[in-house]
Amino acid sequence: MAIKYIGLSEINGPLVMLDKVSGISYDEIAKIKLADGTQRLARVVELSGDKAVLQVFEGTKGLSLTNTETQFRGRPMELALSTEMLGRVFSGSGRPIDGLGEIFPHKFADINGKPLNPVHRTYPRNYINTGISSIDALVTLIRGQKLPIFSGSGLSHNKLAVQIVRQARIAEENGQEFAVVFGAMGVQNDVAEYFRRSFEETGVLQRVVMFLNLSNDPIIERILTPRCALTAAEYLAFEHNMHILVILTDITSYAEALREFSSSKGEIPGRKGYPGYLYSDLASLYERAGIVEGKQGSVTQIPILTMPNDDITHPVPDLTGYITEGQIVLDRGLDQTGIYPPVSVLPSLSRLMKDGIGEGYTREDHSSVSNQLFASYAKVQDARALASVIGEEELSAGDKSYLKFGELFEKHFLTQSFDENRTIDETLDLGWSLLSTLPKSELDRIDEEHISRFYDEQKAKERFSL
Amino acid sequence: MNTIFSINGPVVKVRDTKDFQMLEMVYVGKRRLIGEVIGVTSECTTIQVYEGTSGLTVGEPVETTGSPMSATLAPGIISNIFDGIERPLRALGQKTGAFIEDGTEVDAVDTQKLYDVTMKIKVGDTLRAGQIYATCPETELIEHRCMLSPFIKEGVVTYVAENGKYKVNDVVAKLDCDGDEVSLTLCQKWPIRTPRPIAKRLSANKPLITGQRIIDTVVPVAKGGTAAIPGGFGTGKTMTQHQLAKWCDADIIVYIGCGERGNEMTQVLEEFSELIDPKTQRPLTDRTVLIANTSNMPVAAREASIYTGITLAEYYRDMGYHIAIMADSTSRWAEALREISGRLEEMPAEEGFPAYLPSRLSEFYERAGYVNTLGGSEGSVTIIGAVSPQGSDFSEPVTQNTKRFVRCFWALDKSLAYARHYPAINWTMSYSEYSDDLSQYYNENVAPDFMKLRQGISNILHEETNLMEIVKLMGSDVLPDDQKILIETARVVRVGFLQQNAYHKDDTYVPLNKQYLMMKAILSLFKKSKNALSKGVPMSSIIETGWFEKLIKVKYDIPNDKPSMFEDYEADMTADFEKLVSLAEKA
Repeated sequence: MAIKYIGLSEINGPLVMLDKVSGISYDEIAKIKLADGTQRLARVVELSGDKAVLQVFEGTKGLSLTNTETQFRGRPMELALSTEMLGRVFSGSGRPIDGLGEIFPHKFADINGKPLNPVHRTYPRNYINTGISSIDALVTLIRGQKLPIFSGSGLSHNKLAVQIVRQARIAEENGQEFAVVFGAMGVQNDVAEYFRRSFEETGVLQRVVMFLNLSNDPIIERILTPRCALTAAEYLAFEHNMHILVILTDITSYAEALREFSSSKGEIPGRKGYPGYLYSDLASLYERAGIVEGKQGSVTQIPILTMPNDDITHPVPDLTGYITEGQIVLDRGLDQTGIYPPVSVLPSLSRLMKDGIGEGYTREDHSSVSNQLFASYAKVQDARALASVIGEEELSAGDKSYLKFGELFEKHFLTQSFDENRTIDETLDLGWSLLSTLPKSELDRIDEEHISRFYDEQKAKERFSL
Repeated sequence: MNTIFSINGPVVKVRDTKDFQMLEMVYVGKRRLIGEVIGVTSECTTIQVYEGTSGLTVGEPVETTGSPMSATLAPGIISNIFDGIERPLRALGQKTGAFIEDGTEVDAVDTQKLYDVTMKIKVGDTLRAGQIYATCPETELIEHRCMLSPFIKEGVVTYVAENGKYKVNDVVAKLDCDGDEVSLTLCQKWPIRTPRPIAKRLSANKPLITGQRIIDTVVPVAKGGTAAIPGGFGTGKTMTQHQLAKWCDADIIVYIGCGERGNEMTQVLEEFSELIDPKTQRPLTDRTVLIANTSNMPVAAREASIYTGITLAEYYRDMGYHIAIMADSTSRWAEALREISGRLEEMPAEEGFPAYLPSRLSEFYERAGYVNTLGGSEGSVTIIGAVSPQGSDFSEPVTQNTKRFVRCFWALDKSLAYARHYPAINWTMSYSEYSDDLSQYYNENVAPDFMKLRQGISNILHEETNLMEIVKLMGSDVLPDDQKILIETARVVRVGFLQQNAYHKDDTYVPLNKQYLMMKAILSLFKKSKNALSKGVPMSSIIETGWFEKLIKVKYDIPNDKPSMFEDYEADMTADFEKLVSLAEKA
């Protein structure tokens, strides 16, 4: 027996209130039927006595206090799951929108997931070769990691994400499959189309599950989008042993949707008006990356976020950085000088790389090369700052060699074309050539043995025609 | 029967009842979720629920327990991993699989395991609060000492069990307390928000030796002291805490992963079981308790995790052990306070944090200390709390309030981290109020001139900071030679001494004696260089001796167990510089 509640008692933004209800559980899903026969989904967000507050996913436009019939489902929001999802396109709340009909579900799962017991995680160690020098050498991506791209409006984060998807060798030899789950939150139609076309051109479209919530779609649905995407990813990874790369874009739009929703509920705001629970909320998404002990598959996340006004201390990138295992930061200055990918090396970091590189994973000299490149490039910044004050001619020989190193590093190491796929050996050798342009005594992060094996001034001169 | 009236996130309200006590533990709903009463008025009782509330219905029952949120204190805690309300995650995993389900009840410790108990009392003895009545080996390293709970003042022993194997809940002794019979087991409970009583606070004048050079020499922390590690993301808070947990000379480590990453906790679990403690040759897990309430686990339990951790620490302190607590990160805990405060619709203070944030922080840090226990032994609890300032801005409320209540401030610096200078502790922003209290210890136990050398190193760094202002504007070429030598020496201090490689087998832990000898060598080089300069030796020849580079690599080149090599270095250095000086004098 399902009770239908006729009408509403209040409508406020995306929220509606119902009076005189009973037997409803917190977080439950309801179906709201309008007089014209269309249906909307809503979720219980607050219960108080016989009153219930519901958020309507598709927005409250056209609702009145009298023209609705609300029916509760008795269950939290669930997503229908099946391997048929591969190659399909869904709305942010998980309805198929590619005109190919409903999927035949193998099971239903609560989209909020459950926290993974730390005891049952496997610590991620296998690196993913992306073929991009700056990432492979300096911010190595590890399978099961969550590594966001911090970008700004107008930067080439989408292009970089596509290149990573295309070049990433994520699957092992033993026949494990690789798939991409793509969650778009509040992106423009063109961006979604760009991803779809790129996936098609690179031949991975049949291995992609897309969840699209475009910028003109309702904001409440936006809050569901990443949860649907991650539920699908967990299903494919942990029940079908696939290696899943989840791309979520744009987290900033997601956080803004959360803010809008929070303020319409009348909650007390934290920093910049974002709700006080933004950290916990973002964590409930990012923490769903990982590897479950005893399972073959993995979930790797690359969330993309545009920093408002390129400000890395804005709450969204700030809180993200505290949860994720590192970050890839893109820089407008580099982008303007025509460097692609414009990875700003110094603030970028991969926390898991230390355990996934070196002998047995990449190459034994990897960690010393990357440390030295970081340290040396940090000195380039000092030399440049000094040069801008006293002029380049006045610099000491040491500082001049750093200026040269910086220039070569940006031109040869960072810069890479969209279809250039470098192996890890190529990348590390390139790194050594760059370091060889500096005097040996400047290499204080590398032990003697590696210096004597790899340091080659002559080769560097030939390579960069100095 | 009391029933749920309203539900909003982790906050549940019950109306029209007078059955509840403040801070009492309750069971909420048919699934018996664990909750705590956080507000009582005549109309309405407010409860925060430590598990997910999804699926709860208005009208479900709320059960009282009559006792406050308490931790179970018994053998079996060490080397275990708990969530924020002391539910063991391994046992939880066996019950519900890889993902944590709500409403799962498990015992805090294994109640079936048999411990080899030795009784320390006999019939007729008078047992007072805090006195030990039984001991049993808990791990290879830690002997568990069962003490009379401070709730019971004293009693006369009327029954003592034979020494032998007992389970946690077996009765091993009975007391007559003014006519009431009290049965003692290996287990007791203590409310997590109440500090355990002590006999007397002692002054903190012994250092917590960590083997990390910048901490031990520049900004030391005392056993029983408090320290904060603030730093933006990626500056190495967690890494520093891991290093301290691995190497510091506390007997027991309580590591609280409060609202942090799941993978990090997995890493701690893996690493600590593989790492062997050099002093005892046992895995580090034998002396570690982990509390893991990761960022995606319920927020109310995150708030409780800090208190659970410190209660466990105080319990072991009362046995006479030295405990170090790593709380990573206290900002997540403060955010949990803010989140719950928001749900209660309390009036917010700064940045939405509740007005009682400073008092809660001080209550937490004040539970540290070096004490005489009720049982008559000495023990200590050292708190090292990581702080994650919003936007890496140290002026935000959590960092500022923490600063008021800790005596050691290890500020992590983004620009050092960007240059991969680890540990990225900024030597100008950091301070330790313990350095005076500890100077006697260092001078007596390491070397009489230890504090003098430390001052020498600080002076070099301080002068370098001043000179760098000029260098930034004019380049280093304009400086006179004696200042160039200072800058060069400061580089040796920064790269060779302050920077420390956690992944290098020798450098990851450096004994105090080697730290001392390294400082001595650097200052000796500085003195010799200045002397050579004054004798007319050109700057370039001093650099060409290679001693600056050599001292930078001393940390790798001289193994920790061969301090005598420093004498050879000193002799070689003296010879090289004498040669330089005599050459210059001839010319």
